[in-house]
Amino acid sequence: MRGIAGREKRYVEVVSRTDVDGRVTPLVIVWEDGRRFPVDRVLDVRQAHSLKTGGTGMRYTVRLGGQSTYLFYEGPRWFVEAKVAEMP
Amino acid sequence: MDTSRAIIHSDCDAFYASVEQAEHPKLRGLPVIVGGDEEARHGIVLTASYEAKRRGVRTAMCLWEARQACPEAIVVRPDFPLYHRYSRMARRIYYDYTDLVEPFGPDEAWLDVSGSAHLFGGDVGLIAREISERVKAELGISVSVGISWNKVFAKLASDARKPDGYLAIRPETAERIVWPRPVGDLLYVGPATTRRLGRLGIRTIGQLAQADSVTIRRHLGKMGLVTQAFARGGDESPVRPLEPGSCDISRQVKSVGNGITLPFDATDERTVRQVAWLMGESVCQRMRALGLQARCVSAYARDAGDLSCRSRQLTLARPSDLTSEICQAAARLLTEGADFASAPVRALGVRASSLVPAPEWVQLDLAGVEERRCRLREADAAIDELRRRFGNHAVRRGIELADGRLAGLDPERDNVTHPVSFFA
Repeated sequence: MRGIAGREKRYVEVVSRTDVDGRVTPLVIVWEDGRRFPVDRVLDVRQAHSLKTGGTGMRYTVRLGGQSTYLFYEGPRWFVEAKVAEMP
Repeated sequence: MDTSRAIIHSDCDAFYASVEQAEHPKLRGLPVIVGGDEEARHGIVLTASYEAKRRGVRTAMCLWEARQACPEAIVVRPDFPLYHRYSRMARRIYYDYTDLVEPFGPDEAWLDVSGSAHLFGGDVGLIAREISERVKAELGISVSVGISWNKVFAKLASDARKPDGYLAIRPETAERIVWPRPVGDLLYVGPATTRRLGRLGIRTIGQLAQADSVTIRRHLGKMGLVTQAFARGGDESPVRPLEPGSCDISRQVKSVGNGITLPFDATDERTVRQVAWLMGESVCQRMRALGLQARCVSAYARDAGDLSCRSRQLTLARPSDLTSEICQAAARLLTEGADFASAPVRALGVRASSLVPAPEWVQLDLAGVEERRCRLREADAAIDELRRRFGNHAVRRGIELADGRLAGLDPERDNVTHPVSFFA
């Protein structure tokens, strides 16, 4: 099993809903290999900087499959702090 | 002197370099220099991170000098759209505390919270520290904040505690904090004024504040008295709010200009004419977009040898936004009486000033001059429309293609709005 070497900024496809007031809620994160991760809950939304990968935007703290993670809306793109596996 | 105002000055530390470090975590803690393109001879330090500054790198230094001072420095090209984005985000934070925000360049702003401080508990110091914390958390860059009852001291306070600093200058502490500082720390006291004040034996802000006004007036003129008022804390200029919705500079335009440092020294009239037209065309395009016309055209050329600057201006017979009129005037100003073979040109620029709103109707004359100008105006409007739709290189004048090395220039697209003067 390989550990985590670090994190990198990775832009991802996101299915979202925009309500009449313009509030955006992410619904599904689509990974580059086509896997879909439904967002169970949005726990927090705030403007924030990503300390791990750099970049800034509206940071959504979301629950995916029991785990909480950050999803950044950099307008008009979304990015995540993707894990980079250690070299074998 | 009104000392009841509460003004915060917020200044992003080493802005361009900090943004690069915030965007690219690998650059954090390293000496980073944001510098221009050396091949295009724009090779100067625009901003250096504090790690680079500690090793002797200074803003506006040549990049080769900076590399000598700090060989391990990482030089990155500027990414202005990114810096504008951060600048807008910082201003959005400021607008959460007051609508009276006056930007001073992309990285600095004054905030007048006199009327809104009570909404946040009334403690201006807390507001300032909250702004600093929020900018750090939301943008990943640090700001230095200064508080005072006037804009000049607020800026002095933020400059005094860089980076990531906080300082409040209150009427009761002003003499202790401000007076011992060198006079050059004061806004609008540059090297020349510092030298002139030095000849009068004035080296600190306190000495300037206490100096005899008649002497100051005699040696430095009216501006000397303004500077002295600054030193005494007597600056009463209001924080001039802009349009909060745009989070950007939307102040009344006083002049429209474009300048360039050429990638090579111009040694013939043809090249200078070409650049004059390129700059003039951008100036006219921007003027027309603003619905303005100019009464005055000025142009400057910087000598490649001794870097001296020659500038000239002329008043037009009638206000104009016509490319042909402005460019011809600019080309004439630059080329008349000049010998480029013996004095090559390194940089030049064109500026249109004494601006008036473009009239909605035109008074025709018997000689048919205005009729001809109307046709030129229609041609300019058609060209503007084509450029708006298909880019600035969609339609070009023959003269702009004279030297292929300059053909890729797009001064209109690359134009950056610089800080407006404090006295504007």
